[in-house]
Amino acid sequence: MLHERRRHAVLRRSLLLVGTVLFLVPFYLLLRGAFSTEADLTSATWHWLPPTWEWGNLAAVFDNRTVPLGRALLNSTLIAVSQTVGVLVLSGMAGYGLARIPYRWSNVVFWLITVTLLIPAAVTFVPSFVLVSSLGWISTLRGLIVPGLFQALATFLFRQFFLSFPREIEEAAALDGLSWWGIFWRVVVPNSGGFAAAIGTVTFIGSWNAFLWPLVIGRTPESWTVQVALSTYLTAQTSQVSLLFMAALVAILPLLLMFLLLQRWIVQGVERTGISD
Amino acid sequence: MLARLRGRQDVNLWFWVFVGPFFAGLVLFIYVPIGWSVYLSFFEAYNTVTPTEFVGLANYRDMLTDQAFRDSLLTFVVFAAFIVPTTFALSLLTALLVARTRVMQAFFRSVFFLPVACSYVVGALVWKMSIFSGMSSGAANALLGLAGVSPIPWLSITDPPWYWLVIVSARLWLQVGFYMILFLAALQRVPVNLYEAAAIDGAEGWQVFRHITWPQLLPASTAVLLLLLINAFQAFDEFYNILAGFSGYPPYARPPLVYLYYTALGSGQNFGDGSAGAVILTVLIAAVALAQTRVLRLGGRD
Repeated sequence: MLHERRRHAVLRRSLLLVGTVLFLVPFYLLLRGAFSTEADLTSATWHWLPPTWEWGNLAAVFDNRTVPLGRALLNSTLIAVSQTVGVLVLSGMAGYGLARIPYRWSNVVFWLITVTLLIPAAVTFVPSFVLVSSLGWISTLRGLIVPGLFQALATFLFRQFFLSFPREIEEAAALDGLSWWGIFWRVVVPNSGGFAAAIGTVTFIGSWNAFLWPLVIGRTPESWTVQVALSTYLTAQTSQVSLLFMAALVAILPLLLMFLLLQRWIVQGVERTGISD
Repeated sequence: MLARLRGRQDVNLWFWVFVGPFFAGLVLFIYVPIGWSVYLSFFEAYNTVTPTEFVGLANYRDMLTDQAFRDSLLTFVVFAAFIVPTTFALSLLTALLVARTRVMQAFFRSVFFLPVACSYVVGALVWKMSIFSGMSSGAANALLGLAGVSPIPWLSITDPPWYWLVIVSARLWLQVGFYMILFLAALQRVPVNLYEAAAIDGAEGWQVFRHITWPQLLPASTAVLLLLLINAFQAFDEFYNILAGFSGYPPYARPPLVYLYYTALGSGQNFGDGSAGAVILTVLIAAVALAQTRVLRLGGRD
């Protein structure tokens, strides 16, 4: 029996190692491609590491005139930051109002919000495009940012979270004469940092990696996000593969750093947004 | 008690101060477009988002009788048949492996979770240009070359349809870590005394999983399955980025959103048909999502 237990442990460990290698291979290929010369990358003989390290690729991707990567990075940053802040403020406030303020029609409003959870945003891209184009917001940052600010799921989760917030603290603050506004910003918000971090990181990742909506709305190179710029690069006829890898590396670097530094919050965010029980 | 300290006027006002901005945006950017789209779906609307001619249910008939639309639903079914069971099995397996390991648990969890940081565009790029590039310099072909197999043009042939392997493996890499986290969270909620009791009864390995772990994971498993299904229905990014080239998107392997994208926003700009298609897909996906909320009791009273 002991013998069998050891065999199981060996099997588990080997599976884990094989999985680890397989999951890291794409990152390795990305790095290898980003620092290879075009000739080495497309040669018929396989090189595990670039025979000559091409550091010039980094400067070259920012120098490319057909794909304005610098501008795309700026756009993506602006969009992701403002959507993260916007979602936290809008959904945080709405979630608090729904959880605590005993308005007569609160249940109806809550129902109208949660019912939209049944309709995933991706399916509504045609109707949303119709609206945004009639507002004249095509190829503008407004058009890219504003429709993504109203996340019913975030509001739903914030409400659940505030329902579990200790009431006594708020009641004490109310007795001290604070208004709803004062209670929320001075008592509740300072004590909700962890939850906000979880929702915020997940929102940021989703925003940075979004593709369909920016593809539909960003029709001029000036309004491309990093993902759209990469995709244009990828589907264009004359693309240098090594530059493509370097551009991809530049595009994922901010998120990889964020992942390594803030993983705790991201894991919590995934747990909360994935299964809400 | 909080309410008793405030007058009713006060309550109404503050509720809308807090909820109003979000709710107004939700109405404008979710309810209005959907309403407009349903309206538009009964009209002729080429190259314009204002309806030109009332056509009744003709757009719906167009869509439901359109072979390409039905093909897109079939593509979804095939895709889901590949991706749902494989992701489910792999994310459960990695969760079990990571949960049982004592050494470097945080490292292994990070490795499987890290691809979640990558966008589908980046994943598609590595898969298309490196792993499954049709040339002998591609990683898969280089590996096969060692075994004497000549290079396979993974993406440019449909017989055999190797592109499914490319698309399914790309999504697997990108999403397994996400679902692994959900399973890990569920595993942590399994009461330790259940395992202790099983150990006293002399249960081992597979028996423990079968009789203790699996029943405890059932709610999480159902949620994961439905999430997988809904997400597969919305697949767009990897299909578009892997299969579209400078000569456009091939006529096959178009899941619903890719089909909708080219119908509504392609050269035709047929917003009447596009809206009808969006309505049909919304109803289909809402039906699945409704099943999900039944299971999760989302929005239930607490």
